[in-house]
Amino acid sequence: MDWLRVGETFKLRVRRENPATKTGPAYQEFDVPYEPGLTVLEALLHAKESFDHSIAIRFSCRMASCGSCGMLINGLPRLACYTQVNEMSATTIKVDPLDHYPLVRDLVTDFHGFFEKHKSVSPFLLRQNVAEQETSKSEYYQTNSELDGFLQFSYCIKCGLCNAACPTMASDSKFLGPQALGQAYRYVADSRDEGAIQRLKAVDHEHGIWRCHFAGSCSFVCPKGVDPALAIQKLRGLTLSKSSASRAGTSLMPVKTTK
Amino acid sequence: MSETLTFDIVIVGSGIAGLRAAIEAARVSDSKSSIAVITKVQAMRSHSVSAEGGTAAVLYPDKGDTFESHIYDTIKGSDFLADQDAVDFFVRAMPAEIYQLEHLGMPWSRTEDGRIAQRNFGGYNFPRATFAADRVGFFEMQTLYDTTRKFDNIQFFQEWFVTSLIVDHGTFRGLTTIDMKTGDFHPFNAKAGIIATGGAGRLYRFATFGYSSTPDGLSLAYRAGAPIMDMEFVQFHPTGLIPSGILITEGARGDGAVLINKDGERFMKRYAPQKLDLASRDVVSRAIMTEIQEGRGLKDSVSGMNYVLLDLRHLGAEKINERLSGIREIALKFKGIDPINEPLPIRPVCHYTMGGVKTNISAETPIAGLWAAGEAACVSINGANRLGANSTAECLVFGAQSGAGAAKYVMAQPTRSLDIQSVAQDEKRVFDEILHGSGSENPYEIRNEAQTIMDKYVYVYRTGTGLEQGLRELRALHRRAFRHVDDQAREYNSNFINVLELESMFEISEIILVGGLNRTESRGAHSRTDYPKRDDEHWLKHTLVYYKADEPRLDYAPVTITNYQPTERHY
Repeated sequence: MDWLRVGETFKLRVRRENPATKTGPAYQEFDVPYEPGLTVLEALLHAKESFDHSIAIRFSCRMASCGSCGMLINGLPRLACYTQVNEMSATTIKVDPLDHYPLVRDLVTDFHGFFEKHKSVSPFLLRQNVAEQETSKSEYYQTNSELDGFLQFSYCIKCGLCNAACPTMASDSKFLGPQALGQAYRYVADSRDEGAIQRLKAVDHEHGIWRCHFAGSCSFVCPKGVDPALAIQKLRGLTLSKSSASRAGTSLMPVKTTK
Repeated sequence: MSETLTFDIVIVGSGIAGLRAAIEAARVSDSKSSIAVITKVQAMRSHSVSAEGGTAAVLYPDKGDTFESHIYDTIKGSDFLADQDAVDFFVRAMPAEIYQLEHLGMPWSRTEDGRIAQRNFGGYNFPRATFAADRVGFFEMQTLYDTTRKFDNIQFFQEWFVTSLIVDHGTFRGLTTIDMKTGDFHPFNAKAGIIATGGAGRLYRFATFGYSSTPDGLSLAYRAGAPIMDMEFVQFHPTGLIPSGILITEGARGDGAVLINKDGERFMKRYAPQKLDLASRDVVSRAIMTEIQEGRGLKDSVSGMNYVLLDLRHLGAEKINERLSGIREIALKFKGIDPINEPLPIRPVCHYTMGGVKTNISAETPIAGLWAAGEAACVSINGANRLGANSTAECLVFGAQSGAGAAKYVMAQPTRSLDIQSVAQDEKRVFDEILHGSGSENPYEIRNEAQTIMDKYVYVYRTGTGLEQGLRELRALHRRAFRHVDDQAREYNSNFINVLELESMFEISEIILVGGLNRTESRGAHSRTDYPKRDDEHWLKHTLVYYKADEPRLDYAPVTITNYQPTERHY
């Protein structure tokens, strides 16, 4: 059942703040006309284009593929393009910038640290024979079950909602966070990868996998169905089996996970 | 003016073509060149992520595919306006690109025996659209972006907007930018530039494109003196979900979905008796519009849009969930329809611009030191109508060409000082005339009106009088007072950027209208009801448009024909 009806208006409350000019924070309210299927992004663009051109907001694809428009919508990290006004079951929609990121302005946050953490886990396929990797005459074979071993983790669109939802990110700004750890596992779990040792080393520290205390909020808010909490569990398991294997004098190189 | 940044190569755009170019340039220069990727969006936000269905390549000669078949399908799809030497090069380069992506981690869907899977696509005589579920562009972007993380000499400038190219006596010297986060104006001194800014689809209101797909890159090259080629050829994808215009992949029809009209009739049998729903996109889009115009479409009561139906129901839940999960998610979320149970309401939607900055097979533009690749470029392999799955492919092949070419070029070039006068000139244009400009009109309303002109006069079917009317309306609209910015903050001022984008939209819309008006024939996606036939005698040639202060200057160039003489197309 529709919470709002065509022709009704609802309140859109937008948090405005510009740290550079020490303006705000303050909430600005707009009355936006409702229509079926209206997304929070469309409502914000209506406000920006019709009422106040200065609202700072980041957006692009409007189809939950590009990961630009993450924000807090009535307190929850969501993509604005992927949230219909009606599904919020509220007559007021309040939007705030994502938590745990430095604020640039209004709803726009700084992702520099986010991309750096992602880079730190070597998020690319590592092969021992690089020359062979760069010659391209045929494929590495991969079965469908090997593909299934990592596919869900590769749906990550780098929208950063998981890091905004993570309570550990709030207390430890150096924590690698669910996004980077999820992507570390995505490559470790790929049957074609031979870089598990290097990558496990990059996450095996006090601001890495051991910091997570499994609130599970990352997996709850992911708009693409990725389960970073599971990835972190799996990374812990692999790290433990690697250290017991090295104590026993056996080599696990390369670590592979297949069903 | 803020600090000048110096790089060997500057790449404008971070989609598939730009990222592929960056990786190739880093490799060819053995990590010695400094490479800047300048993008008005963040990494991974470019519209390439929305490509869905496939990337074409001949991978299975053992199962009967041949280079000649992919070459001929592409040329026939182009309505014989493609340059045949370019198509030949492109098709032969593609298999290595597919394997290269695979070696970098691309999660291609697999066959039972663990090899790379392919599906059927429109206009092909072999199922050669290589796919990763129905998120091909997204996975290609992820694979390429993640791979750039390996190279310390590739530096990203995210959310930096390029305002002009600096060209001195026909040679590229650098460009000027606005760092959106701070609002600072930074010149770049660079030996080589690559334009990889994608398509111009947001010239239309009903478009598959993300909001960022405005023709900034085309406009940069155009104002710097490069010709824009074949822009009148705009592809309307047959299956845009109404009312949002979000793409429903051709892979759906490749996997067996069919188009039906309001009577439940599979109407494609009357338009393309052999290929049916998998005829080329121009043919299918015309068929849908003819059905609608002759009263066999349906009408959406909320949006007022006419449409026909795309029926996937007979594919079954299992196949839809395995191979078309992305579009099921889209249909559920954005239209509240589950394609497992109900057909989808669709109509032709602006999806691709065949035209772009003119380049040769090496992706070089006529400006020395400037390359262009991907949808922003026109080689031309797509001619008057691109085949599905050839676009992501083109980004890979010619992205790599541009990166390799630029890397070799810069090794032989000394660093020169930047012409400060042209930098200051653009700073004045951007800040004095736009940011501090004055006007009473809402630029967003002006943009909506400009898009509506394109939707109305330059859609699937066109007429001379309509194009003339559209051109008059567009020019009148352009004279209105929208060159001002209400938001006067320096930090993340997207109002400012949007007005700069709008200027480029006017320039490129005008090129489309002028080119279309002059071309008195119907070829590929340019279909004129007052000139319904292809006219090879007069129009087997490329349109070139050059910038001039008052109005664009037109010229024409011959099409390269090698092995395939133009014939009438049948599907």
